[in-house]
Amino acid sequence: MPSREVCLGVGRAAVKRATIPVAFTALCLVSLTVGVNRMSLMALASLSDEAWLTLTASRLPRLAALVLTGVGLATCGVILQHVVRNRFVEPATTGGLEAAKLGILVALSVAPASGALVRASLALGFCFAASLIYVALIGRLQVKNTILVPVIGLMYGSVLGAIAEFYAYSRNMLQSMQGWLLGDFSKIVEGNYEIVWLVLPVVCAAYAFAHRFTLLGMGSDVATSLGISYRAMVALGLLLVSTTVAATVVAVGAVPFVGLVVPNVVALRQGDNLARTLPSVALGGASLVLVCDILGRLLIYPFEVPIGLTMGGVGGLLFLLLIVRQRR
Amino acid sequence: MIKVTALAKSYGNRPILSDVRAEFSSGHLTSLIGPNGAGKSTLLMLIARLLAPTSGIITIDGTDIASLAVGDYAKRVATLRQRPDCNMRLSVEELVTFGRFPHSRGRLTAEDRGAVNEAIAFLSLEPLRNALIDEISGGQRQMAFLAMTIAQETQCLLLDEPLNNLDMKHAVQIMQALRTLCDELGRTVIAVIHDINFAANYSDHIVAMKDGAVHAAGSVSEVVTESGLGELYGLDLEIVERQQGCLCNYFTQKGKTR
Repeated sequence: MPSREVCLGVGRAAVKRATIPVAFTALCLVSLTVGVNRMSLMALASLSDEAWLTLTASRLPRLAALVLTGVGLATCGVILQHVVRNRFVEPATTGGLEAAKLGILVALSVAPASGALVRASLALGFCFAASLIYVALIGRLQVKNTILVPVIGLMYGSVLGAIAEFYAYSRNMLQSMQGWLLGDFSKIVEGNYEIVWLVLPVVCAAYAFAHRFTLLGMGSDVATSLGISYRAMVALGLLLVSTTVAATVVAVGAVPFVGLVVPNVVALRQGDNLARTLPSVALGGASLVLVCDILGRLLIYPFEVPIGLTMGGVGGLLFLLLIVRQRR
Repeated sequence: MIKVTALAKSYGNRPILSDVRAEFSSGHLTSLIGPNGAGKSTLLMLIARLLAPTSGIITIDGTDIASLAVGDYAKRVATLRQRPDCNMRLSVEELVTFGRFPHSRGRLTAEDRGAVNEAIAFLSLEPLRNALIDEISGGQRQMAFLAMTIAQETQCLLLDEPLNNLDMKHAVQIMQALRTLCDELGRTVIAVIHDINFAANYSDHIVAMKDGAVHAAGSVSEVVTESGLGELYGLDLEIVERQQGCLCNYFTQKGKTR
């Protein structure tokens, strides 16, 4: 018979493993019930048409968009960190986000009536090209240091951002650009957010190739010795990252810090073996986005603070805590 | 058998290797020795396909290695680079399991798990199985990476300075492990080794390199001679033959080094 300590240990491990999924489910339920239009479970149970309309046309799409955005951004953050081999990068600090912004601007000015798919395709193309250039740039660095890699990414991103801003200015789109770029879930309703479902196949692919992405993190020599075509895997990783960035920026705008904070917290607790940690990274990302969205909806109820702001606050604070912790 | 013919490697106009010819016989331990900058590591990385040659041909059992797919080559040749700069948070067991990637492509079978356990036991890493590789000592990490290379179960192992960072006991342990790999499992091991005494006492063959070319090659007794090594390193050497093995003494020099 196993001793009491072993039983307790197994129990504790099970509780620990269940923490994230339970928290995630609870947050999903809270997210569904928060809102200006009161929607009680009683009304749903009595099949009130109004309650059901609120649920299917607004609350469920919003929940889906939140979860997919969180899962996608956290997953693509961790992939990018393995590709670049640096813990402090995410699409927002490597020029990917600015390139996607430029792509959307080009789509809006060339074909103003174009749909989300056209905008996302151009954003994807621009983001992918910019990421390839960034990775090539980092590969040529003689001295690779932990700080230099993201700093170069930030400078590179600023240059791309300046080009995008000039482009927007010259076409009189500066104000509208700032409007749609700030991450915001309040306008999500059935029919205008579906592009974000592109995240789902990306996450499935990331999971299927989890072992290979972990190997990328060990460097090109180890990866090649173990039989991986390094360049092809880097290209695939960047393609997945670009698809996620494009889909989320078009649907909800820029949401900072998720791709940076969540993978780092998970790595501290569970390590870097993606085949094992990807589920935690994905659910962790979704939970963080849900928390920030619920906060934004409650802070100045019945109005809303865009998630770009609440995430900036919460995510930035978490990131500072992580840095302080690593120093110790 | 690995055969290197007319191999050359240069960066721009700077030649690193020129007209290298060498043979590495199967089931034997061959040490690459020579002064710094002689091109030993470059030769090893060319055989590992981690660098592309400027000209020349490398064959493994008669097949040109350039014609093999990356995934297939990883089932035949395993490589351990000098100081793998890896700061990932993986346990020793997870790292060694990645050695099975060429065979399993991520889906572990019972056979893969067996190979991982054998490799861990082979280098006595059992107490460190769950330790994180970014939290153990440099020598222990070196052993963990070697275990990963062994778990790959390839016919040929290429090791770039496997004794780097190791204390005497760990160094002896690794050389004994390499001997066992050759003698009992019939593996081919090619290792860059800086300590001439380890090379002389544990190798079957020695390839001595100097200035990007093969200076001397052959059995230990053919290469490890006072005049041969003296010329290779530019040092005065005394070789003491004892029952337990030979000892090259180069620590004290008569005059200034040449």
